[in-house]
Amino acid sequence: MSIEVITPGLCTTVQDTGRFGFQQVGVSVSGGMDKQAVQIANMLVGNQQTDAVLELTMKGPSLLFHKDMLIAICGGDFKVTINNRSVLPNRAVWIRSGSILKFGLAKEGCRAYLAVAGGWDVPLVMGSRSTNLRGGFGGLAGRMLAAGDQLVQRSPGSFSQFLANQLAKRAGAAPFYQANWFIPSSTLVKNGEAVVRVIQGEQFADFSEKSRQSFFEQTYQVSPQSDRMGYRLTGPALELTQSMELISAAVTMGTIQVPPNGQPIILMADRQTIGGYPKIGYVPTIDLPIVAQLRPGEKIHFQEISLRDAQKELIERDSWMKAIKLGIEVTVGWR
Amino acid sequence: MWQCRYSKMEGKTLPRYEFSPLGDSGVMVKLGEVIDQQTHEKVILFSEYLQEHPFPGMIESVPGFTTVTVYYDPITLFDPLDHMLPYDRAVAILEQMSQQISSTHSKEYRLVEIPVCYGGSFGPDLEVVANQNGLSIEEVISIHSTTEYLVYMIGFAPGFPYLGGMDERLATPRRSSPRLSIPMGSVGIGGLQTGIYSIESPGGWQIIGRTPLRLFQAGESSPSLLCAGDKVRFRPISEREYDNGEKVY
Repeated sequence: MSIEVITPGLCTTVQDTGRFGFQQVGVSVSGGMDKQAVQIANMLVGNQQTDAVLELTMKGPSLLFHKDMLIAICGGDFKVTINNRSVLPNRAVWIRSGSILKFGLAKEGCRAYLAVAGGWDVPLVMGSRSTNLRGGFGGLAGRMLAAGDQLVQRSPGSFSQFLANQLAKRAGAAPFYQANWFIPSSTLVKNGEAVVRVIQGEQFADFSEKSRQSFFEQTYQVSPQSDRMGYRLTGPALELTQSMELISAAVTMGTIQVPPNGQPIILMADRQTIGGYPKIGYVPTIDLPIVAQLRPGEKIHFQEISLRDAQKELIERDSWMKAIKLGIEVTVGWR
Repeated sequence: MWQCRYSKMEGKTLPRYEFSPLGDSGVMVKLGEVIDQQTHEKVILFSEYLQEHPFPGMIESVPGFTTVTVYYDPITLFDPLDHMLPYDRAVAILEQMSQQISSTHSKEYRLVEIPVCYGGSFGPDLEVVANQNGLSIEEVISIHSTTEYLVYMIGFAPGFPYLGGMDERLATPRRSSPRLSIPMGSVGIGGLQTGIYSIESPGGWQIIGRTPLRLFQAGESSPSLLCAGDKVRFRPISEREYDNGEKVY
């Protein structure tokens, strides 16, 4: 046994970067909502980017460690303590067996990710360790964590072990030690209002001119009926110039569909594979972490981006991630 | 419990494909304008071809009624030497592929028999469907189970088939208030459609029976009993046969 769940938090699930290859039989991709935070958390403990992490929502769990471990926390800014002493996010932390890692409420953002060296050990189901809540499979028995659950880590790779040993040495007799280097996070919303870019959707031109204008000029608010499946927004109703019956087809994460009531929905990680509502736009992959960290009541301002720029930024971010990985390895003396 | 039969579906020469971006990591390939057998066959042939010839950077493809959507990784498709837009490269690859699919290409399809225990506690709305359409219960069962249905696509829920071909005599509006929970395996009618709830879910369809077969089983290789392109026929069974029925396929 590696850790034990004392209290589970609001919605804590095992996630990775997603389950691909089965959308053609109706299986949602799932995976972490903020994939960038999943990837960075994994990088900080020397994992593969696709290793399984815990996703915490709004209120995090309390966890008792039965083993010395190397961990990292990324994403939303939660109140976090180890044995009642504050811990900072976005860095590698070595934690001694017997310690209690306690997450409070999210101060900023909505979701945080807890990575452990080696990744969490749950079975691979159809190529992924992500929890599919609706289908009841993947993750830990296809459900959210509950009090009393136990989670085990997979065996860490050599870089993870190197990093853990280094931090353990510095810890001395202390219950934990956090690295003095970190990766700044940049996707969190300040002042409750986010700017989110949008690529025009297939039916963009079918919306009235007034609707297209309000879409980019007015603000939309995240409704409380938002979850891992989709973000329902409230704001100026978006109207088509004429009603259209669309033939259902594949939808992706970030698809902004508009049902007949005119209130847009941004489809997220647990979206259905097929949808039939008009698509006014798509949130580009690069901006999805911003949406994933929005909480009910917060506002979105949409701004247009071309497909070309969206893909260009994605490629740039990939180079940035590779540079971070290298930076970590150089900083700790692995290279 | 169920049987497979293989037949040949002849390939058609595919005319022009229409490509459009689905966000920054997908291409939607449109193969027709309406839901019909001909478009469906194009969708299946193209899907099949992609399965057999995935290109580097391709993640997966999803067949729809008139479309095949191809998900790709923009990073893999980016070449710093030519700076071609990853989307444009994906379209170029798909365009080239479309020319490879010739009229000689054909696909075998399966006929899957699905046993259904109609009525009783398994089909609480069977009578509603009969009454609404001025049919006897036996007529409803007979019409429903003699039709050969086509699986246009799988979606909505894991393993949930969109079936085409229901007899219009069975068309029944959805329930005015949807049920909060419909058991897995329930066979229902909603308007002109019929289908099977592959997992327990809320829903508004009129439930006429239930199959002991599992339509979806989370697993490694083929988690779904049905695939787009399969044909389906329902076979009425008794409650006793249901109880003895194989739960897994």
